[in-house]
Amino acid sequence: MARAGAELTLDLRRIVGRWSLRSAGQVGRFTYLIVDMFRGLPEWRIWVPRTVEQATNVGYGSLFIVLLVAGFAGAVTSLQTGYQFTGTLPLYYAGAVISESMILELGPVLTALILAGRIGARYAAELGSMRVTEQIDALESLGRSPITHLLMPRVIAGLLVIPALTMLANATGLFVGYFTAKASLGLTYSDFEYGARYFFRPLDLWYSLIKSVCFAATVTMIPCFIGYNTQQGAEGVGRATTTAVVSASVTILLLDAIVTQLLLGAK
Amino acid sequence: MIQLINISKRFVTNVVLDGVTLEVRDGETVALLGPSGVGKSVTLKMINGLLRPDSGEVIVDGLKVGQLKRAELQRLRSRIGYVFQYGALFDSMSVEENIRLGIVDEEESKDDTYCSNRVKECLRLVNLALEVAEKYPSEISGGMKKRVGIARAIAGKPKYLLYDEPTSGLDPVNADVIDGLIERLQQELGVTSIVVSHDVRGSFRVADRVALLWQAKIRAVGTPEEILQSRDPAVQQFLERDLEMSLIQAEAEGRDGTKA
Repeated sequence: MARAGAELTLDLRRIVGRWSLRSAGQVGRFTYLIVDMFRGLPEWRIWVPRTVEQATNVGYGSLFIVLLVAGFAGAVTSLQTGYQFTGTLPLYYAGAVISESMILELGPVLTALILAGRIGARYAAELGSMRVTEQIDALESLGRSPITHLLMPRVIAGLLVIPALTMLANATGLFVGYFTAKASLGLTYSDFEYGARYFFRPLDLWYSLIKSVCFAATVTMIPCFIGYNTQQGAEGVGRATTTAVVSASVTILLLDAIVTQLLLGAK
Repeated sequence: MIQLINISKRFVTNVVLDGVTLEVRDGETVALLGPSGVGKSVTLKMINGLLRPDSGEVIVDGLKVGQLKRAELQRLRSRIGYVFQYGALFDSMSVEENIRLGIVDEEESKDDTYCSNRVKECLRLVNLALEVAEKYPSEISGGMKKRVGIARAIAGKPKYLLYDEPTSGLDPVNADVIDGLIERLQQELGVTSIVVSHDVRGSFRVADRVALLWQAKIRAVGTPEEILQSRDPAVQQFLERDLEMSLIQAEAEGRDGTKA
């Protein structure tokens, strides 16, 4: 019995030890990747054209789904506000709730989560396939850097496009929210505008933008890192894609809480 | 010259290479033979710095590969053409763009006329029609992909060529074509080559010397004739496993006769 207990403790130590070593290794590799990206900035002739290509693909490709989700989020927020507040609070409060919900939370978070699935999965699968078919090795063997050719264009394109998509999502959510409130609650434009302006502070927009930039870094860098380090063939690519989406989504939620506490928590 | 000095490599608990020493002289072609999973491709990847040995030294052109800085390693790699097992062509690029990627000299790569002419020249060297340049990797056959991979590897006029299983997955006719191509490139370009393979017949055809990797060590090195005459049981076992042994012997006898 005592021996079994000792073996279990030993195993636990081994498991914790292995996990800690692996995690430390991953953090180290991720840090090196970021440093390599900064080092690659002077090679703009390589990454700028590819960034434009990626930004076009990612931007146009994601526009419809991002606006669709934002529109539904605005509409549902509007309907729920009506359900909860009608008869208890002045109607112009609906304008405040819809605008603040969209700008502060729903716009950035929903956009990031959608893009973690769309862009994150794509990046991880693309880079993972390139790794297992030795395309990344081929690039290195030709004396070219996979960081500047493959990773930087994807990350920089995401950093440019995702905040822009988030702002469009905010605007769409507001519009659809207003029209839904107008149709279901009979809210006038002046009431909506009054409520929205009454509680609005310029920091709200900055907050939304800062969050979207943090999420953009998460949505692009984590899948790129996981895809770039893919191993073990087609199964590995599948595993990398799933891991990339899950890791990026969880990190987005974690960052959401951290950024909110940092920027709004002190108020 | 390429020198591998006492290199060892293990992946977790699997010892892939254990004290491997090999020298490839300028202008010669060495075939690195051995069963699958014995560390042949790992050895090639160490030569151009894609992998690092756990111990030992890899020296190319007098430079210790493991000690080179990033820029130095990139410069060295520009002198080494690498032909990957499955071509490793970029799916999103046409054949022409793939080959152009092999032109590593900064000035040359900016000159469109030079690049266009060089792509045509490389396609000619690997016996591919010019029309192939417009196609994408998904539109060409496995054998053509290998040849495009070779064209990309020679586009930068390398001093060294490393072939990783150049004939694997090909039918005998296409395998013969690739072997012929390796032989011809060797004569026309005068490069130093290492051909990793488990195809005995093809290796004996293209190589000046053959090295057999067996259980993580170099078991035998010599000319094809010396390897054929080896009394080492491991060498004999490996050679006998090849169904085309009789054909090789017939060819070897023919070669001896010619020399005599």
